Amino acid sequence: MEGFSGRKRKEKIFKIACFGLTFLSVIILIVLLYHIGQAGSKYLSFKFLDSWPSRFPHKAGIKAGIWGTLWLISLTALISVPIGIFSALFLEEYKIPGKLGKFVEINVANLAGVPSIVYGLLGLTIFVRFLGLDRSLLSGALTLSLLILPVIIVSSREAIKSVPDAIRFGAYALGASRYQVVFWHVLPIALPGILTGVILALSRAIGETAPLIIVGALTYISYTPESIMDEFTVLPLQIYNWASRPQEEFHYLAAGGIIVLLGVMLSMNFIAVVIRQKASKKVKI
Amino acid sequence: MKKHVKKIEYTVRGALGLCALVTLITTVGIIAVLSSETIPFFKEVPITDFLFGTRWAPLLEPKSFGVLPLVIGTGMIMVGSAFIALPVGITTAVYLSEFSSQRMRSIIKPVLEVLAGIPTIVYGYFALTFITPLLKTILPQTEIFNATSGAIVVGIMVLPMVASLCDDAFQSVPKALKEGGYALGATSYEVIGQVIVPYSASRILAAFILALSRAIGETMAVTLAAGANARFAFDPLQSVQTMTAYIVQVSLGDTPQGGIEYQTCFAVGSLLFLITLAMNVAGQSILFKYRRGK
Repeated sequence: MEGFSGRKRKEKIFKIACFGLTFLSVIILIVLLYHIGQAGSKYLSFKFLDSWPSRFPHKAGIKAGIWGTLWLISLTALISVPIGIFSALFLEEYKIPGKLGKFVEINVANLAGVPSIVYGLLGLTIFVRFLGLDRSLLSGALTLSLLILPVIIVSSREAIKSVPDAIRFGAYALGASRYQVVFWHVLPIALPGILTGVILALSRAIGETAPLIIVGALTYISYTPESIMDEFTVLPLQIYNWASRPQEEFHYLAAGGIIVLLGVMLSMNFIAVVIRQKASKKVKI
Repeated sequence: MKKHVKKIEYTVRGALGLCALVTLITTVGIIAVLSSETIPFFKEVPITDFLFGTRWAPLLEPKSFGVLPLVIGTGMIMVGSAFIALPVGITTAVYLSEFSSQRMRSIIKPVLEVLAGIPTIVYGYFALTFITPLLKTILPQTEIFNATSGAIVVGIMVLPMVASLCDDAFQSVPKALKEGGYALGATSYEVIGQVIVPYSASRILAAFILALSRAIGETMAVTLAAGANARFAFDPLQSVQTMTAYIVQVSLGDTPQGGIEYQTCFAVGSLLFLITLAMNVAGQSILFKYRRGK
């Protein structure tokens, strides 16, 4: 049997090891941000944001990527947010009984785990080829919508679940019908929580690259999209294109693009956190 | 009035139900799309040649469709990432749930969330321009594209998932069990090793399975960092090709629809889908059982 001091020492070492490995994440994040910041600052300027891609690094920019990403995300939000929220409302408030209900629940959880590239193959076959939408913004947005739908549904259900039953019973007691309960009482209270999940899902969609490569977003585009049927490129794809070239100068351009991409995503995450904190103060029963 | 309300009620219910159907249709769609191209592929290439062949060269003559090199590439990335994500993830969870102060938690949690949210393309860039040069200074024979740096970033990428799932598991250990351990004079090291971890063993397993399934499906990071060299070898310092990276490689080229090269994408995609699906179902069913028991 080990002595007390030996056990104490073991505990101390264990504690330090745990702390060290935990702190590793912080160090990794700092190194990653520093590395990208240093490499990307070289080309980051207003001109970089407002130029088309080019063979010459000093002339290249991400205008097409930024506009493509803005169009694509707005369109994705328009498609996926209502469908996602309505699905969650149906699954939580109307409840499908029995085996089918359980199946739907498991199905959503599994869809969230399907690799994004498989959604790309789905989008390519159904939207690009079968429905004949070609390599348009609409094809890309539909594909991304299917991809983030499970994420939106899962987080929205959590938000809806946390609405106290007293609200529902209260409304029923006053003679409200079901849809009135759902849309006038449950949804408004759950909305901040839902919004948080939606913003996080959309910020994930902004960074998606693989399914868009499969669906056929192009890497060289020198115009801004004017309709949802236009061909397009997005920021992550432009970054991929630059990063996969052997010349170092293009890597700096890629880093510049990454700074912009991370800037957009982190500010979206920040907004989500603010909404979450604001909402947690309201509605207490 | 009442009739009017009832009408709205049915319309609303129908509309919402239709939305909920979309996820079911998606699943059916995925299966239909994958099999519609995979079945004709297996009419030309025997399924045993595909699953057990050791040479993958669908784009070069003589063509060869043995998927094992891609499976090995994917496997190397998965195992390598597990070496990072599992130990670091689980110790992070231990630290967060047992040792950390509220303040430390409020620093670590957002950091993990940010790490989880960073797009995979960014990790690919980081692997290519930071980790690979670093590896090269230590081991000069490292190739520019290599499995190790890909595995490292994929490990970093799935670490937050392991940490948060294990953290949830540790949080749900009954307080009475922990306090009982301490009351018997155990140190926190012993309580963690003999009470907390054994109690949450199945949920830790679920976390591992789900994280590894994520690692298998990772695309852009490994495409950028690990390269496009499908070979039947196990050297982690050489370039490899994963299943996902292959699909990207074909999509970037001009492969005509309907050809056998085009179908290989779907055959590889089907294999990828089946592997990740099996792992997700296993992981989810453990978590699901647990949630119902509560």
